[in-house]
Amino acid sequence: MNNGTHLPASNEPGTLYRNPGGRRKRHAIDRLMNFVCCGSTALLALMVALVLYYVAAEGLASISWKFLVHLPRPVGVPGGGMGNGILGSIIMVLMGSALGISVGVPVGIYLAEYGNGNTGNSIRFLTEVMNGIPTIVSGVVVYWLVVVPMHTFSAYAGAIALAIIMLPLVSRATEVAVRQVPQSWREASIALGATPARTIWSVVTPGARTGIITGALLAVARIAGETAPLLFTSFGNDVQWPTHLGMATAGLPLQIFVYAMSPYSEWKSQAWAGAFVLVMGLLLLNVVVRAFAGRSAISMQG
Amino acid sequence: MSRQETSAPSSAARGSKIEVQNLSLWYGKTRALENISIAIPAHEITALIGPSGCGKSSFLRCVNRMNDLIENVRIEGKVCVNGEDIYAKSVDLIALRRQVGMVFQRPNPFPMSVFDNVAYGPRIHGRRNRVELQEIVQRSLDAAVLWDEVKDKLSSPAMSLSGGQQQRLCIARLLAVEPDVLLMDEPCSALDPVSTFKIEELMLGLKEKYSILLVTHNMFQASRVSNFTGFFLSGELVEFGKTEELFEKPRDKRTDDYVRGRFG
Amino acid sequence: MSAEGLDNSMLEPRHQFAERLFDLEQDLIRLGSVAARMLQKAMRSLKDTDTALAREVIDEDDVADDLDLHIETRCMRLLAQQQPMARDLRTIGSILKAIADLERVADFSCDIALEVIHLAEELRYEPPARLFGMGDKVFQMVLDTLDCFSSRDLDAVQRLCTTQDDEIDDLYREITDELLAHMKEEPTVVTQAARLLFVAHYLERIADHCTNVGERIHYIETGQLKQLNVP
Repeated sequence: MNNGTHLPASNEPGTLYRNPGGRRKRHAIDRLMNFVCCGSTALLALMVALVLYYVAAEGLASISWKFLVHLPRPVGVPGGGMGNGILGSIIMVLMGSALGISVGVPVGIYLAEYGNGNTGNSIRFLTEVMNGIPTIVSGVVVYWLVVVPMHTFSAYAGAIALAIIMLPLVSRATEVAVRQVPQSWREASIALGATPARTIWSVVTPGARTGIITGALLAVARIAGETAPLLFTSFGNDVQWPTHLGMATAGLPLQIFVYAMSPYSEWKSQAWAGAFVLVMGLLLLNVVVRAFAGRSAISMQG
Repeated sequence: MSRQETSAPSSAARGSKIEVQNLSLWYGKTRALENISIAIPAHEITALIGPSGCGKSSFLRCVNRMNDLIENVRIEGKVCVNGEDIYAKSVDLIALRRQVGMVFQRPNPFPMSVFDNVAYGPRIHGRRNRVELQEIVQRSLDAAVLWDEVKDKLSSPAMSLSGGQQQRLCIARLLAVEPDVLLMDEPCSALDPVSTFKIEELMLGLKEKYSILLVTHNMFQASRVSNFTGFFLSGELVEFGKTEELFEKPRDKRTDDYVRGRFG
Repeated sequence: MSAEGLDNSMLEPRHQFAERLFDLEQDLIRLGSVAARMLQKAMRSLKDTDTALAREVIDEDDVADDLDLHIETRCMRLLAQQQPMARDLRTIGSILKAIADLERVADFSCDIALEVIHLAEELRYEPPARLFGMGDKVFQMVLDTLDCFSSRDLDAVQRLCTTQDDEIDDLYREITDELLAHMKEEPTVVTQAARLLFVAHYLERIADHCTNVGERIHYIETGQLKQLNVP
């Protein structure tokens, strides 16, 4: 009955146990792919673990309470710290985030809701270009636009440079989150007599809240570790706390860079300590993001 | 030239809620509706049946101008609700959509609590008073035969309700803005049979206060709940009349073939 | 079962349902044929005073009853399972009513056969010739009814319910007059004449039930429920 174009009949007894050779081959290929995937994952985990281990091992040796709250001291003088760098980073990251998020989220919402025409495509293209600008170049641009007219390095300039890096990330994450909001919610809102603006405010944005906040927090984590934009904008400050925003300000990544490049072993170990603080801070931020995203997702789906 | 005769009474005689004259709809170059003329009577359930893609949903969305949201849509003809042309330049879309509400195929409650879902409509139309809103929410949930089931969990997320409950919630949300006309686009197609029957019972109860226009691909549902039925085919309104006549002795052969299941 | 086993016509929408409906219609015609045959035999048994034949007719009533029940069951099943609409719904509803009419035709044929058996116990009395003419015409009406059901010819249905039924009514009146006159003249034959009166009556009722079926055929085709045999 089998004329060659049909599969073997599947209703005869013993069919399930036929062709053990083919079965073994299929299982072997499956196991191989499994091994490749697990192996790659293990490799990745190993690399992350190595980085964390090194930072922790070297950094913990030099970390102390003083390190967190003291200004830098000259080489040879004990008890110096990166307190101003930590504070400066916090200030600039907060300011930069405020700017980057308050511009990036509306841009993302616009692109998601209305960005399918030529205008939208152009804006999206521009943000992509912004994303591709090397961070040091943004730093140089902000130098010319802000530092030179102000005649001073400042936390403002640093924050603006960070915001430029942040903006495309936030915009993209927001756009994705808003696009994922089901169209049926928008339709229901319009059908009840809401204007498009009201719909975006009351239904779409709250609906995309998780994605937007996750994207924003990830962007914050990204800029918290940036060094190059700070080089020409906030410039760094070895001697002062940031008492006002219009002065050269220390930033943690920048100080790590400077200390690591220095020839002094004391400063090098302080660099490790700084790196440790930075990495821990970022880890903490990521944990917060994950916890928040998980909780919100559950509450939205009931 | 319209070929069908309506056996629905003329508007002068009995008050049609919706009167459509020579309505045609194009999506770009494709013509989706051809010269539809129909009078939907007030305080009745009118069903629109027909095979997939025949234009019945497109027609429904013309009545509350939801088709305006689609690009490249062109509409000719007249659609009057309560005697007023809804495509006139001076029409307030917000007021129209308050008056003519819509229930969709899949239940689509907002990602908010049950209470906030029902209160959404009144809030956007200006009600702020907490006590007033509570009363409106209770009244609407009651009218949608959902109050007893959710009165203890008004602040729980709407998504935690079952499918049938969610659809009744969407109906309550719609009733909260006190519309005149309810447009229902296959409201039971995503629901199990028992939930379907509950919604049908609800429809039968609602028609005393509202006029209901129901699009359904299930002609048995149409024969169960509606008083008037229109049969759409390829963008044309083939026949319109009393439900019992259309299903017992249709006048057009195409209707006869369709209700007997001789084509899909 | 390979995929080549089905052909295109079998995949038309509701092909199975259309087949079942067709089978029902065929069963109805079968019931009508049984009733017609019973009538024919009953009238022949009257002509030949053949009591054996008459008893055959009475036995055949069981066949008619079984068919009646069988068709009714199938109708109810189709209604429940298939949710028929429009013409299909009218057809099934009409079949349900028509089998009652045809079953009555069979019953009346039995009644005629019963009279033949009673008559055999009496002195021989020659029935009026017109009675057999009436019997032939009524038999033809039953056959015509079944033809109309197959053909759905509304003109034929109209003739059935008016012309042909009127003929039977006229014949019935004439035969009744003749028999009554005879009963007055010769009181000895009252019993036999009375039995023949019943036979004529049964024939007239059979014709009436045929017009009922005719009205059902008209309803299937047009959706109108109308009394067709009013003058």
